[in-house]
Amino acid sequence: MKVRLFIAAMMTLTSLPLGAQDRLPPAPYAYQQLNDPAKEAKAKALMETLRCLVCQGQSIADSDAPLAGDMRHEVRTKIAAGESPDAIRKWLVARYGNWVSYDPPFDGATALLWLGPLLFLGVGGWLAFGRFRREGGEEEP
Amino acid sequence: MRNRWILFVPLAIMALLFGAFVYRLVTPAETLIQSQWINKPMPLFDLPPATAGVEGLKSSQLADGRPRLVNVFASWCIPCRAEAAQLEALKRAGVPIDGIAIRDRPEDVAAFLNEFGNPFDRIGSDQQSSVQIALGSSGVPETFLIDGKGIIREQIQGVILADDVPRIMAKLEAMK
Repeated sequence: MKVRLFIAAMMTLTSLPLGAQDRLPPAPYAYQQLNDPAKEAKAKALMETLRCLVCQGQSIADSDAPLAGDMRHEVRTKIAAGESPDAIRKWLVARYGNWVSYDPPFDGATALLWLGPLLFLGVGGWLAFGRFRREGGEEEP
Repeated sequence: MRNRWILFVPLAIMALLFGAFVYRLVTPAETLIQSQWINKPMPLFDLPPATAGVEGLKSSQLADGRPRLVNVFASWCIPCRAEAAQLEALKRAGVPIDGIAIRDRPEDVAAFLNEFGNPFDRIGSDQQSSVQIALGSSGVPETFLIDGKGIIREQIQGVILADDVPRIMAKLEAMK
């Protein structure tokens, strides 16, 4: 029983990314572009900023994971139906959280990330200013 | 002179950064993406039967007053096999279980049920993972606890272990 539990636990740990080899062909729009170039361009731009849930360092545009293919199909189908890229991103974020988007919003969790450079610039400027003033002061008799 | 220690601050920061990089290289992040679609109604769907002899699955069937499980699985998913005994135990205890088969072929689903048993009342075939995506599910197996009104109350990612069964039953019981 313990051994079975252990095996099951190990399988749980490795389950999601691995062991995924289905035998179905990819969804129609996984590898096929939309006929309308303008819509395809919109879909492509969006897919490049959506994160694959399986190969977690890649966008769904780059990933060959079946789920990424199905997500591309989903995105292209929705774009073809006239939905805006923003609405589709919101739809996915409502399901997977901001994690799924490579275009993080400005909120409490990312404030430091967005404001960090300004903060460092400010601290640097303050240090430099203090230094120049002191050196200037030393030169004065 | 008294501030000589400050000279070592950059070195200390570098050492910290280096340590952080080494740590992340040695233990890569295993990020499990949890669904945010919790405490929300089941997305609308109408899935065809995944195999002959078992009914398909409609979202409207999930709000019949009885709390239930919706198991997202696939015949090609090896860990799903380890879950069969637990699903069987839950079914025997009277828990209604419906299935959503991801990217699956009817003959493969049939073979899977034949080998590992069929705890499912209905199995919808989600060949393009569209319902899976609408659920915020990122892999198989996953199990969703649905209350009698069709609201998703919990997502379980990965295999249901024998230890999880009593807690799942208690939680479903509390929803009645």
